[in-house]
Amino acid sequence: MFSGARVLCPYTGRDVVGDVLVDEGRVAMVRPGGGIEAPDAEKIECSGLVLSPGFVDLHTHLREPGEEHKETIHSGVNAALAGGFTTLCAMPNTRPALDSRIAVETLLERSEGLGVRVVPIGAITVARAGERLAPHHALATAGVVALSDDGSPVSDAALMRRALSYSEPTGLPITSHCEELALSAGGAMHEGAVSARLGLPGAPASAEEVMVRRDIALAEETGGRLHVAHISTKGAVEAVRDARARGVPVTAEATPHHLLLTDEWVAGWGALDGEDRRHNVLGERAYDTSTKVNPPLRSREHVRAVVEAVRDGTIDCVATDHAPHSATDKECEYGCAAFGISGLETALGLLMQLVHRGELGLPDLVRLLTVGASRTFNLPGRGITEGAPSELALFDPEREWVVDASKLLSKGKNTPLDGHTLKGRVLMTVAGTRTYRVSGMEVR
Amino acid sequence: MTTVQTPQPQKAVALGRHLLDVDSLGAEGIDRVLEEALSEALRATSLRGKTVVNFFYEASTRTRLSFEIAAKRLGADVINVSSGESSVTKGESLVDTARTLEALGADAVVLRHPEPGAAYLMARYFKGSVLNAGDGRHAHPTQALLDLLTLRQSFGDLRGLRVAIVGDIEHSRVARSTTVGLLLCGADVRLCGPRTLLPPRGWLETFPRSDRGGRVTQTASMGDALRDAHAVMALRMQGERQARSLLPDPKEFVRLYGLTRERLKELAPDALVMHPGPANEGVEIAPGLMDAPNSLISMQVTNGVLVRMAVLRLLLGGNGE
Repeated sequence: MFSGARVLCPYTGRDVVGDVLVDEGRVAMVRPGGGIEAPDAEKIECSGLVLSPGFVDLHTHLREPGEEHKETIHSGVNAALAGGFTTLCAMPNTRPALDSRIAVETLLERSEGLGVRVVPIGAITVARAGERLAPHHALATAGVVALSDDGSPVSDAALMRRALSYSEPTGLPITSHCEELALSAGGAMHEGAVSARLGLPGAPASAEEVMVRRDIALAEETGGRLHVAHISTKGAVEAVRDARARGVPVTAEATPHHLLLTDEWVAGWGALDGEDRRHNVLGERAYDTSTKVNPPLRSREHVRAVVEAVRDGTIDCVATDHAPHSATDKECEYGCAAFGISGLETALGLLMQLVHRGELGLPDLVRLLTVGASRTFNLPGRGITEGAPSELALFDPEREWVVDASKLLSKGKNTPLDGHTLKGRVLMTVAGTRTYRVSGMEVR
Repeated sequence: MTTVQTPQPQKAVALGRHLLDVDSLGAEGIDRVLEEALSEALRATSLRGKTVVNFFYEASTRTRLSFEIAAKRLGADVINVSSGESSVTKGESLVDTARTLEALGADAVVLRHPEPGAAYLMARYFKGSVLNAGDGRHAHPTQALLDLLTLRQSFGDLRGLRVAIVGDIEHSRVARSTTVGLLLCGADVRLCGPRTLLPPRGWLETFPRSDRGGRVTQTASMGDALRDAHAVMALRMQGERQARSLLPDPKEFVRLYGLTRERLKELAPDALVMHPGPANEGVEIAPGLMDAPNSLISMQVTNGVLVRMAVLRLLLGGNGE
C-alpha cells in the first residue's frame, strides 16, 4: 500500500494526496485523503513522493535478436523498471528486422512474463532496406502498434508515399526517422559553430526539416497517419505545428536528451542548469563519444524551440530513443563511434530539470511520459483507477543522485550524463505482479 | 589537465602533460613556449634516455621530419611508425595502440591522425605525453606555435597585428590552431575563402580570448581580408574539394583567391607571405612567391624545429638548466 503519496494520474485527471492499494497485479483501492485500512499489506510511506502511472516509451532499441552484446530483452526490461517504465515499444532494427509475422511473434513470446509490456513496432520496408513494403496488415495482426524503419529514413519519396497510403486502413502510425541522407552524409554531430570549432563534419538541421516537410506533404495527400520520431530542430517543430493547425493527423515525440542537452556537450562544455559554460577551451571531456547520437544534440536555439513545442502541445510525448551500445562501439575516435545514448534510466532525472527550472509543470511532464505516449500509438491505459492493471512509478522529484554509468542496468553504459548530478529519481516501479525497488534508493 | 610531472624552473607556466591544441596554453603558455624556443638553455637540454614515438596515421613529410630532428637534437630516442607498417592495417584500435605504447615505456607520442579528436582519445589512455601533430581538420598546435614564433620575430608584439588566412578554412587544422594562437596573442585575424569553405559565422565566438584584445572576422572577399594586412597566409587547396562541388573549378579559385604579386601589391604592399606547406604553386600561391624576399616560408620551417624542441623539453623535462 502506497500511503500519503501525491497521486498524479493524467488518465483520470487525478492529482491528490492519498493512499493506493495494489493487490495481485491490480489497483485494488484508491482513496484521496488516505485512510485505507489494510493491515496485511506492506505499507510504504510516500509523503513527498509522486505516484504516477508507469511510464510508456514509444522508442526503445532492445537489440534482441542479433545484437545481444549491446542489450537483451531482459537487460532492457530491467533498465526500464529502473527508469519507471512499464511499457516499451521495441524498435524493429534488430537482426533480423521485425518485418514479418514470425519475427514479431518471437519477440512477443520472449518478452512474456517480464512484467513490463514489450510492444513491437514493425518495419515499414522489408529488412528496413527501403526498397519494398513489408506486409503491414500481417504485422498489424501479429500485434505491432506502429511501423518504422528507424535508424534509416525511407529515402525513396514514392515508396514512403505508398507506405502511408497502404497502411492507412490499419490505422498504424508510420514513424518517420526524418533525415535527408544527402544532407547529413558523413555528419558526426550537429552542424554549427561547435562542429566547426571541433573540426567534426556536421549534419545540418535542414537534413531533418526537409524530410519532415516531405513526409507531412505525403501524409496530407494520402491520409496516412504520420508520427515524427525524435524531433530535434526548430524548422521541424514549426512544420509539425503548421500541419496540425491545418488538421493533418501528425504526431511527434522528443527525447530527453534533445530537450536538455546541446551540441556544446560534444566539446565538453555542457551543463545541466540550462546555461552551458563555454570556456572555449577543449579539455578532457571534449570529443566524448557518448554524446554522439542521431539526430545529433542540437544548438541552444533548436533545443529552446523543441522545449517550446513541448509546452504548447505540438509535441505529444517524450520518448527515450534508448540506444544501448557496447564499450567497443564507443571507445574509439568520435567519427568512428556508433550513434546512440542509453536513456531509459536517466530519462526522468533529466526531464525533471525542466520542472526544476520552471519550464514545465510536473503534471505536464507526467502526461508526456504516460497518456501522451499511449494515445499517440493507441495503446490501452487506464491509469491509477480501481480494477486497472497495476502499472505504477513512484518517484521523488527532489532526490539528488549522481549518474554512474557503470551502475546502469542496461548493458549500454553509453550516457553523456556519467558523473553528473540529476535531481529527481524513480524509487519503485510496479509492473503487474512485479515490483522493482531501485537499489540504494530506499524509500524514506 | 594535470600538471607537468617533472620540476619546472621558477615562475614557469605549467604546460600540462599533453599538447593537444594551443587553446589550453593560454597567452602566457604560448609566451613560455616561444621564449623557450629561443633560449640558450634549450640547446643545452638533454632528453637522453627518453623515447619519443612518431605515430603517423596520415602521410606527412615535413611535420614528421621536423619532430624527428627536434627530438634527436635533444638526444631522445626516436621511433617512427606510419600507418602502412603498423598493426593499424590489421584493425588495431587507437586505444590499443595507446596502451601498447604505454606498456613499451614510451615517454611521448607524436600523433598525426585523420580523425578530429584522435589526440584527445589517445591522451585519455596514454599516461605519457601526447603531442598532437594534426588531428583531422581540428588542430595542429605546433604549426600554430611556429607561425607565432615567425611572426613575433618579424614584428615583435602581436597585439593589433593584422593577419589574413586565405583558402580552405573549413577543412584546415592550421587555420583553426593558428587562429586560436593569434587571438590569444591579441592579433586581428581575417579568415577568407569561398563561402562553401567557410564554417558558419557563429564559430568565431567559440574561440578562446585573452586580455590582449585579439579579434577575428571572416569574409569571402579578398579585398576585405587583405587590405593593409601585415601578413598573409595561404592554405593548401586540396584537389578533392572540387569533387564534392564545394568549388566549381580550380581556375575560378585561383582567379578569386590565389595569392599573387599583383594582388598583394594592390591590397597589402608590405605584407609578408606565409604558407604551412606543402604548397600547390600556381593554385593558392603564385609561382615565385614562395622564395620572394617578403616570404617567411623557409623561416617557418626552421622555426618548426625550434618550437618542437621547446615543447618536448617543457613536456618531458630533461636537464640543462
